Amino acid sequence: MTAATAVRTRAARRASSRADRDRPSIVATAVLLLGAVYCLIPVLWVLTASTKDGGELFSTFTFAPSTHLGDNIAELTAYRDGLFWRWMLNTALYAGVGAALSTYVSALSGYVLAKFSFPGKSVVFRVLLMGVLVPGVILAIPQYLLFAQFGLTNTYWSVLLPQIISPYGIYLARIYAAASVPTDVVEAARTEGAGELFAFHRVALPMMAPGLVTIFLFQFVAIWNNFMLPYIMLGDDNLFPLTVGLHGLLNQGATVPALYTLVITGALLSILPLIAVFLLLQRYWRVDLAAGAVKA
Amino acid sequence: MTSPRGGRTGRILIPYAMLAPGIVLFVLFMAAPILYTLVLSFQKTQVEGLGLGSGARKTVFAGLENYAAALDPEFLASVGRVLLYGLILVPAMLLLALLFALLLDSRRSRATTFSRVTIFLPYAVPAVISSLLWGFLYLPAVSPAYWIFERLGWDAPRILSNDLVIFAIANIALWGGVGFNMIVMYTSLRAVPTEIYEAARLDGATETQIALRIKVPIIAPAVVMTALFSMVATLQVFAEPTTLRPLSNSLSTTWTPLMKVYRDAFTRDDLGSAAASSVVIALATFLLSFLFLRIVQRRAFGQED
Repeated sequence: MTAATAVRTRAARRASSRADRDRPSIVATAVLLLGAVYCLIPVLWVLTASTKDGGELFSTFTFAPSTHLGDNIAELTAYRDGLFWRWMLNTALYAGVGAALSTYVSALSGYVLAKFSFPGKSVVFRVLLMGVLVPGVILAIPQYLLFAQFGLTNTYWSVLLPQIISPYGIYLARIYAAASVPTDVVEAARTEGAGELFAFHRVALPMMAPGLVTIFLFQFVAIWNNFMLPYIMLGDDNLFPLTVGLHGLLNQGATVPALYTLVITGALLSILPLIAVFLLLQRYWRVDLAAGAVKA
Repeated sequence: MTSPRGGRTGRILIPYAMLAPGIVLFVLFMAAPILYTLVLSFQKTQVEGLGLGSGARKTVFAGLENYAAALDPEFLASVGRVLLYGLILVPAMLLLALLFALLLDSRRSRATTFSRVTIFLPYAVPAVISSLLWGFLYLPAVSPAYWIFERLGWDAPRILSNDLVIFAIANIALWGGVGFNMIVMYTSLRAVPTEIYEAARLDGATETQIALRIKVPIIAPAVVMTALFSMVATLQVFAEPTTLRPLSNSLSTTWTPLMKVYRDAFTRDDLGSAAASSVVIALATFLLSFLFLRIVQRRAFGQED
């Protein structure tokens, strides 16, 4: 059966039972929309709150917007010579570069684990799998102690390097390589005399690309969300990512409430690009760990 | 599966060379820190005399001393809080995620794309920032709930008070996590061929019956997986209470186990005790994770062998 006829018969079957089975349910839709509203409340709040000045923040109705967004952004930009924008750049560096490197290492390791057989392969895979179960947070303090031994704390490296290795990424890459790179294609490249690295870069990597987008997104969010590691490693606020920087501002806000407007405007500016990327790329989120668990 | 060809003996080394970056990073940034923490947890610093001059401080074997010190009432209290927190958060999060996933998969729901994307959206917001947003929404002067209560002339409960702050934090984690778990469950629901449901429909089963009797059992492994990941994540809670501290007096520096580890290591300079607590938390995590492996291993991890 071709794909087109499959779609057509399915559509026909759908149509025949549509009569009563597919009646829209008000309750089901309402529950979903309630969930959506719950998830939007803090986002709507930060949108309106960042348009208020310091006084209005605590005196006007929560969701009533005001007109000070421009002033707030200007004030935030002026704060210590644009420190906020530096945090933004740092975040892009940690999460962007970190996730890209992590995706590459994961792809390479996953490909080897899926397409080669060699002594010790299952041991390597098992040890890596145990790594999936060690959450990054628990490693932050030991990593700090080790970096301190080598005088590497309070550097970009201290936040970037530990997050390149992602056992979960390797595990996913292995699944993608096994599913999307046919062994005969790799064989053919070898027969034609291509080196293994050439075969990986030119043949396997493009085939794995859709899955690698998912790994990149996972790593990006994981690094961007990892608070404890940069919080521990970094003392110089020029190196902070947004999360640690905003946390510090909020802390100072407890004694200097004027900083609250800066914190809130900063929070808005920091989530907007991420939400935009997220909405653009959300169709790439395929949680294949679960899909694999069902299919097998 | 490919096997290395003969001819050049160098070929045998190729897979190891290609795995090298991954293995080196794993050893340096995961295995070594874990081993180092283990070593530290059995050491203590002994100060001789006044503790001045070189050689006055030396590291000696401490046996289980650090562990005994780590398991103090403060630590046990933080463990108790986190258990209660998990008891509130995990069932609520999984039930909501399951409910949303089933509703998304139901043919009778509308606005599914909008709801799916919107409920998943908070996953993109880091815990620090979501704590910051909710933290302000919890403040009486800002909160819309207080505004409503005030209009009605009722006394509003203080969500950041001692008794309720645990719910305040659970709500933040729920907000950030429910969408992700929903997507995991929804993905596995989509992987089920719809033909399975046709027979049940012919037998006159309602959509609710199909959801509860067929769909839920089929995606049970995904639910188990999300449950264990959520439990493990619960043990690690750090960013939310740390961020909320400036807004609430109810959160101590040892509110969760990891917060205590942080305090011991960085404000008390008691590395031995911090390391011992880390080991205890890691062991608890492993116990939970081992259970996860046992349950899912055969289904998920043996695919292409």
